[in-house]
Parts: sequence; structure tokens; C-alpha cells
Amino acid sequence: MTQFVQTSSSRTLNNTVQDHYIPAEAPFSTVVKKGQILRIEDSYGQQAIDTLFYNAKDFSERYSSQDTMREQGVAYISTGTKILSSEGRVMATMTADTCGRHDTSAGACSCESNTVRFGHGTKYLHACRDNFVIEVSKHGMSKRDVAPNINFFMNVPIASDATMTIVDGISAPGDYVELQAEMDVLMVISNCPQINNPCNGFDPTPIRVLVWNDER
Amino acid sequence: MHIRRSEEEIAANRARYEEHQRQGLNATPKALPGKSEKPAPAIADDHIIHRETIPGGWYWSTRVKANEVLRISLDEGLSTLSLIAWNAADTTERLNLPDTVKVQWTTGLAKGRVIFSDMGRVMFSIVEDSCGAHDVLMGGSTASSNAKKYAGANGPALRNTRDNFVLLATKAGLDKRDIPAALALFAPVRVDADGKFLWKPELVSEGDYVDLRAEMDMIVGFSNCPHPLDPNPVYAPTAVTVTRVAAIEPAMDDLCRTATPEAVRGFENNAFVAL
Repeated sequence: MTQFVQTSSSRTLNNTVQDHYIPAEAPFSTVVKKGQILRIEDSYGQQAIDTLFYNAKDFSERYSSQDTMREQGVAYISTGTKILSSEGRVMATMTADTCGRHDTSAGACSCESNTVRFGHGTKYLHACRDNFVIEVSKHGMSKRDVAPNINFFMNVPIASDATMTIVDGISAPGDYVELQAEMDVLMVISNCPQINNPCNGFDPTPIRVLVWNDER
Repeated sequence: MHIRRSEEEIAANRARYEEHQRQGLNATPKALPGKSEKPAPAIADDHIIHRETIPGGWYWSTRVKANEVLRISLDEGLSTLSLIAWNAADTTERLNLPDTVKVQWTTGLAKGRVIFSDMGRVMFSIVEDSCGAHDVLMGGSTASSNAKKYAGANGPALRNTRDNFVLLATKAGLDKRDIPAALALFAPVRVDADGKFLWKPELVSEGDYVDLRAEMDMIVGFSNCPHPLDPNPVYAPTAVTVTRVAAIEPAMDDLCRTATPEAVRGFENNAFVAL
């Protein structure tokens, strides 16, 4: 395990309000309250962390990749990005990022898209969309609620000629992002199980999620 | 405790990926045709099921059956037409742009490409396309994007794509949770090295058209509102024509069904579900 890096003198490993180790390939969800600081850590490096946000008080309002990209005028997610909802409201703001590039245009892997992309022989491999469906189902939602997501630590450059490809992740062990919630949000994660492309270095690994109270 | 995969397994999976990648980034683009010729070829009157002229700012939705073609044409000037779609038989299956661009290794949809649902099946084939300049990333306008863009012009009261989609989804028995990320046709958006969106007006002109062949029975929704990046400071979308054309069974060597290994596998998924 890597050394803990402090981004604020008041936030330490001793005063978290949530601290979760998420196994490789597993789904996860938790509520982060307005003002709280959330850290998502890529503990072993090169691990795509597929993430969705829902308004905790009204799940019909959810993360919108298109609103988020449109409002910032840029296709990638990094420090300063405002995570926007389908209602155009700010759900969270990204306040720290030791990696520098995160995707929100390539979506989540699924058994079905894997067959198209990598061949029918990859159908029976665990996939992010199944993780998302299992996890949102715990909150009364279904496949129709699984919107296009953020892929933290996934490197998907889009070229000027429009080509796009998933390339090796640039995150090192212990890299993290921090977001401050701007409303109470349900965060749903799929710790990506994909082994057919480089988004997880072909070897999915565990991650960690930490939450601190608002220090404002 | 996490057990790492073996070096051998990692190397084998990487080699397989790199072979797909070579095909997707190099061989496939070279094999695709260029843009369709203008003007658009005429459609015989007895093949036209319906022709709709969607006024600027408005929405329209239609059912469409497999193998019918929707011709979308800029007959009256420039505009952006945003599109969403659901499988008519199971509306939980819907347009999925992240999958569409990821599996085809490009955000540049053009003639010869296909458009996927979230279930690994092909919804549309782009059988003709005179511009190949469409936006898959930014989606359509919203009340707040109009308010910002058309400040001083009563921006919030101008019609926008988000509200249009809420309306047409509701009238199809669905609701706002069912609205997928939208494809903006005739929106010449490209991305620079830093990920910044650029508007390339030279890529689209009056008379441009796209023929989308339906590959399953669907409900298709359209919104005709200016794209958020459209530099025109005046809200002035022109009407867009959508012509629904009678079904013709594609040939065995049909371009869109054979152009890429990904499309071939997508159509295999279509065929399997149709059994």
C-alpha cells in the first residue's frame, strides 16, 4: 500500500468519515453529503474506475457526461471540472487530481459491447455495466438508469481526425482524485474488470474510497 | 488479497488488443468510402412513407421499421438535428454513443459506420452521408446553455433540445430517465490536442444529407435546435426535412454490414436476437 498524501492539514487518515477498500472487479456505492470531500484512490495504478453520480434525494437527476463536457468545453475531466447533472446543476467539483486525465466519452464496458469489440468469445466475462446494474438495483433503479459514466484514471485520447483509442493508463500506484460534493450524491462505482484492453493494465486491482466532512 | 494475473496472460491479452487496435485505427478507415455525392439522389414518390418538415426549435418523433431509411436533409439552410432512439419492442434498449464510438475506434461517424444500442446491436447504418460532420460528445442545447449563449435575447424562453427530448419521451410513454446521450447531426465538432471542442463550419453546407437505415424497429426522436457551439449569435435554426423511406432488404455485400469486423459482430448480435 502506498503512502497517504495529505491535501489539507485538517484531513488525515484518522478523521475520515468513510474509508472503503473495494476489491478488484467489484461494484460499490455510497452517499456523499453536500460539502464532504471524496477521494478516489487508484491504489495500484492503471485502474479504470467507472463512476456515476445520482442526486441522493431524487435519482432521476443524474450525472450527465454531455452536459459536463459541453459546459467546460473540453472532452476530459480534471481539476476544476464541474460534474454536472442531467438538470444542468453542479453535483460535485473536482478539487485535486494527481493523474491529470480522465475519460467521460467511452462509457462502461458490457458483456454485449465486448462481443462487438473483442469477439463473441468475450461474452462471459464480468463487465462494468453488470456491476452498475447490480449496484443501482440496490437503490431501486435499473439498467435504464445506467447513464454514460466517468472513467477515472482511464486514458482515451481523441485525435484531431476524430479517432479514439484506449491506451495505457498514466496513473501510478496511489494516484487519486478528490471531489467536493455540491449536493447530497449517491456515488456508484464499478471497479472495472476489463481484461481485453489496457484500461486496467490487463490486470484489475483493488481501489480505495475515502470521505471527509466539510471543513468550510 | 489480490492475486495478480500472470505475465503470460497479460502479454497474450495485450497482443490480442493490439491486433484489434491496428485493424480499427489503420485498416478499417482506409477501407471506408468517402462522402456521398451532392445533391442527394431523388426518392421515388411511391417509396416515401412520410415526409416531415421539422421547424427550427421543434421536435418530432416517429416509429420506424427495420430496413426503412430515414433521410435527414438540410434543404432550407443550416441547422443541427439531434437524434435519440429506442428499440420499439423493448425501450430499455436505446442509443448508446459511448459504445458506438468506442467499438468503432472513432468519434467521427460517417458513411459506412453504424450506430449501436447499449445491447451490442446495430440500431442504424449510415448508408449515405454527404458531410460526415456530427457531434457525439456534447449533446444538444438546454435552457441554461441557451440563456448563456443568447443573453439579452430572452434566451431561457428559446426552445432547447433537452426540453424537446423530455416532451417527446413523455409522449412516447417514457420519461426523462430514458433520454440517452444524443447524436447531433450536422454539428461539425472536432477535438484539439488538449481536448478542447472546436466548431469546423467548413465541414457542413446547405443540401447536406444523411441516410440512416433502421436495423431494428424503433422509436426515433429528433430535436431541431442550434448546437451549443454553433457560432451564430442569433437563434435562427432553419427547418430540417426528415423523409421516411420504404424498406429495402440490404444486399449480402452491403457496405455497412461488412465494412468493419465490429459491425459484422454487431449484426451477428442483431440476427441472433431476431431468431
